[in-house]
Amino acid sequence: MAEARPDPDTLLAQVQAQEARAQRGRLRIFFGASAGVGKTYAMLEAARAARAAGRDVVVGYVELHGRAETEALLEGLPRLPALAVRYRGLVRQEFDLDAALRRRPGIVLVDELAHSNLIGGEPAMRHPKRWQDVEELLEAGISVWTTVNVQHLESLNDLVTQMTGAQQRETLPDHVFDEADEVELIDLPPEDLLARLHAGKVYVHDAVASAVDRFFKVPNLMALREMALRRVAHRVETAARASAGAGTGSGRRPRLPGERVLVATGPDRQSEQLIRAGKRLADALDAQWTVVYVETPALLKLSEAQRNRRIDLLRLGESLGAETVTIDGPTATEALEQYARTRNATRVIVGAPKRLGLKALVRPSAVTELARRARGYDVIIIAPPESAPADGSSAHGRPDNRPRQIRWARYAGATAISAVGTAAAFAMYPHFELVNLVMVYLLGATISGLRLGRGPSVLTTVLNVAAFDFCFVPPRFTFAVSDAQYLVTFAVMLIVGLISATLMASVRQQTRVAGARERRTALLYAMSRELAATRGTRQLATVAVRHVAEVFQSKATVILPDAEGRLQMPRDPPVEQSLRAPDLAIAQWVADHGREAGRDTDTLPASPALYVPLGDAARRLGVLAVHPDNPRRVSLPEQRHLLETFAGQIGVALERAQLAERTEAVRLDAERESVRNTLLASISHDFRTPLAAIAGAGATLAAHGATLDDATRQALARSVETKALEMSELINNVLDLMRFETGRVPLRRDWQDLADLIQVAERGFGERLRGYQVETRMSERLPPVYVDATLVVKLFANLLDNVVKHTPCGTRVLISAVHDGAEVLVTVDDTGPGLPPGDPARLFDKFQRGSNEGTSVGVGLGLAICRAIVREHGTDITATTRPGGGARFQFALPSEAAAGTTQASAGNSHEP
Amino acid sequence: MTGAMHLVLVIEDDAAIRGVLRALLESEGFRVAEAGGAVRGLLDARAQRPDLLLVDLGLPDGDGVTVIRRLREWSPVPILVLSARTSEPQKLAAFEAGADDYVTKPFSPPELLARVRAALRRGAQGSQSGHEIALGDTRIDVSRRHARNAAGEIHLTPLEYRVLECLNRQAGLIVTQRQLLKEVWGPNHLEDSRGLRVCIKNLRSKLEPQPQRPVYIVTEPGLGYRLRLNE
Repeated sequence: MAEARPDPDTLLAQVQAQEARAQRGRLRIFFGASAGVGKTYAMLEAARAARAAGRDVVVGYVELHGRAETEALLEGLPRLPALAVRYRGLVRQEFDLDAALRRRPGIVLVDELAHSNLIGGEPAMRHPKRWQDVEELLEAGISVWTTVNVQHLESLNDLVTQMTGAQQRETLPDHVFDEADEVELIDLPPEDLLARLHAGKVYVHDAVASAVDRFFKVPNLMALREMALRRVAHRVETAARASAGAGTGSGRRPRLPGERVLVATGPDRQSEQLIRAGKRLADALDAQWTVVYVETPALLKLSEAQRNRRIDLLRLGESLGAETVTIDGPTATEALEQYARTRNATRVIVGAPKRLGLKALVRPSAVTELARRARGYDVIIIAPPESAPADGSSAHGRPDNRPRQIRWARYAGATAISAVGTAAAFAMYPHFELVNLVMVYLLGATISGLRLGRGPSVLTTVLNVAAFDFCFVPPRFTFAVSDAQYLVTFAVMLIVGLISATLMASVRQQTRVAGARERRTALLYAMSRELAATRGTRQLATVAVRHVAEVFQSKATVILPDAEGRLQMPRDPPVEQSLRAPDLAIAQWVADHGREAGRDTDTLPASPALYVPLGDAARRLGVLAVHPDNPRRVSLPEQRHLLETFAGQIGVALERAQLAERTEAVRLDAERESVRNTLLASISHDFRTPLAAIAGAGATLAAHGATLDDATRQALARSVETKALEMSELINNVLDLMRFETGRVPLRRDWQDLADLIQVAERGFGERLRGYQVETRMSERLPPVYVDATLVVKLFANLLDNVVKHTPCGTRVLISAVHDGAEVLVTVDDTGPGLPPGDPARLFDKFQRGSNEGTSVGVGLGLAICRAIVREHGTDITATTRPGGGARFQFALPSEAAAGTTQASAGNSHEP
Repeated sequence: MTGAMHLVLVIEDDAAIRGVLRALLESEGFRVAEAGGAVRGLLDARAQRPDLLLVDLGLPDGDGVTVIRRLREWSPVPILVLSARTSEPQKLAAFEAGADDYVTKPFSPPELLARVRAALRRGAQGSQSGHEIALGDTRIDVSRRHARNAAGEIHLTPLEYRVLECLNRQAGLIVTQRQLLKEVWGPNHLEDSRGLRVCIKNLRSKLEPQPQRPVYIVTEPGLGYRLRLNE
């Protein structure tokens, strides 16, 4: 049942892909065999026709090379201004991508798709290649018309180079060409082209005449023409097959079963050639293909630069449409053999064997070995190009780039081992056979191999043989050998020593590889564990930054987006190693496109930092910016891979945190909503009561004012006044409380005389306090308090109001204050009926009233406001029963010693 | 000294409040002119030359603070703010613009009348500000630095005289803490509020009959002080 129904996710993906294609601009390529066939001319003519038909065509960038006929065609076509890029004092014209994106034409003309942008100039260009600019235009829904020469296609690059002898620097990945919506072949017979060339109608880059002559020869041009024609024919064929397939519903013709081409590459120079050959073969077979980079322990000894070639090779493979993979194993043959079998490869492309002559006989090369073992697949050996050495001696030039002194130390150690062995042999000599001494030497050689590596252990072996000969083989203390059988001993010693050295070195390498892998896993685990234990996106970012900074020895920062998805500069750099000024614009681009940018990428590679997106473009969780102190820390393939894994982990953690935060926000909203509803219900009652009195009194006065006696009129007018003031007080309380709850009320702190504030509060009561005896008791030398004057006056007013409302007339109130460390402790006692039963802390909750509800006025907000005010000042308020009866409220206010800290946070408020 | 001749211009958008103010002020012998907005108010202030302005801050066609600032460009006429805005920064902004006093809504009529009279007195005295201050039975001659009451001579420090002088120049009206600090301590001591507190405390203990319950030198929390003279 389940299989019958289409998976909704798959359906959704299909729909989205279709939509994306519909929104995407169309790419039309004017394709030619070489320069001068008239591609630009044809493109401009087509543009004029389209414009005449009413389409919005804009010339983005066209290379004129001073050709008058082409220039004439530009007449009447709107043109975007070129971008002037300054580079080392020179100014070069480039295509202005942002101008085109802003202008948003229907069709934009951009000449020379394979062109390389000027990198490192000012202003910086976003992509190193023009085709990447075009990709962005297409993504933005703008159609692009452009021109391409066949020699610029990546997969044909080396063929063209071999054929014509001219190296092509500007290349175009085949997938760009293959995915173009339309390709229009501009064909011109070679003879006509040469005629045009001689007539000066063909622009050739500032190349010297000889190179031009070498290139523009009839055989060359014919070959290029054939390549171009074939390429277009291939496209047509593919399209025909695709449309036939679409009819049956599968969408694409199924590939021949089992056809898979494997390209085996290594650090040697032939690898690029192999990859291109693989591409051609895979295209011809319509097969899937994989570029495999084989890593062996031996390869780990190569210099960093050579190992870095792996990235370039794999990238080249990817750009040609291959799947890429790195495998490792004890030997290249074994690893490759196994991989070819598991992936059911049908053809394996390898370079020509490098070992020749006698060496090849003694130990067959990897290629020979592979061909011998091949089962179920063909091994295709590609001959090296004549110009390039098959495997230059430079490839194995420096085996190690460790500091020189370490290597010297190792050789010194090797000598020492030999010396110790000789010393031991001297001690044993009187008591043991010479054979046993040989064993001691062999032990030394083995230890040397295990500890010091291959070179030093060879040294140990040679020294051992020499020392054994010199010291112990008769005649002693000469290198002469009396008995010829000792020569066999020497030979065996040498061979055993060398074999063990090689073996041990290989074991060491493998241990190192395993160790490095284990370390990476451990680092990742350490971060994941800490991320899992951390809550909140900001805290997660801090943890992530710390780990990334440590592991990659870089300045790192996580840039998080706001609610609208705009990235925000981190307000307080999470740690001091943080990147101070990551370019927000680059980071935003990275987040929007879900692709990496910056150092070692295709986008803005000149930037000093690398920007890795966290989560995909749809989710935009943030961007990890890494500015390495040592570039190798992130550019090495292993490190880069590790960084991506880190970014993945951080992304997952961030997503989890964002979800949690969103849930929490929803919960808080609901809670706040319910509080607000209770408040509304409660105050609406308290508002209506005085309003009714006011409205009633007003209406009575208006209607019957003349007939009422003076005393009644007076009383009614007075009730209007008192009820209105009551409402005013209520509104003030509600507003105050809302201010405290909705956000922080900025405290306007200053040094205040506490006694003065209390008397101001008392004065506000006027007549209402008559009958109550309020006494203030505090030392003359009480230091000033550092508080917000208005709020503290309100605090005392509310406490006194509480007394007036809940205690009978005649109650005594005693306000006392004592200096206590950094605070002034205030106590407000009364001799009233005391606290109502229940938890005294609940008195400070909203809507709590004393026992005599109904007779007292107002919502129970007074004490809630008191608590809010005290808490704003960083302390708390308590309610207890006074010894001897009555209520006691106690709280502290910041004073003298606290001044240092509070003043700093008080900001600019210094009014009373 | 009823203000039989005094004209009060009320700039207030609420007609009901204008009505209440007119009734209240006319019953006390003032003449009243009304303006419903900022533009109208500024025009009337020029045309009618009132002796005092009552300005609301929230006007439909402009902010009251702007009105005050514009008025102060050409006129020293006393200005009293009557507003529902209660936060100290808003009040201080009005004082900065040049308001003489501030009454919050809802207001108590006797309080408002007292402020109106005090403001008019300030306007009448102008720059000549009285040399002698009478606080109860205490007489202080600020120009000759001399103070005495029934019990005899009172010693005031020069600083205390200057604070008193500053308060007296706007007797009955609010003097902001900032203004006091600036005039007495100097513009570099605007933060020195503790010195001001001590000085006020000392003045009260010397001049107030009950220093714990001051009636002459009154604190306006969050704003400043007010010197209340004998009514």
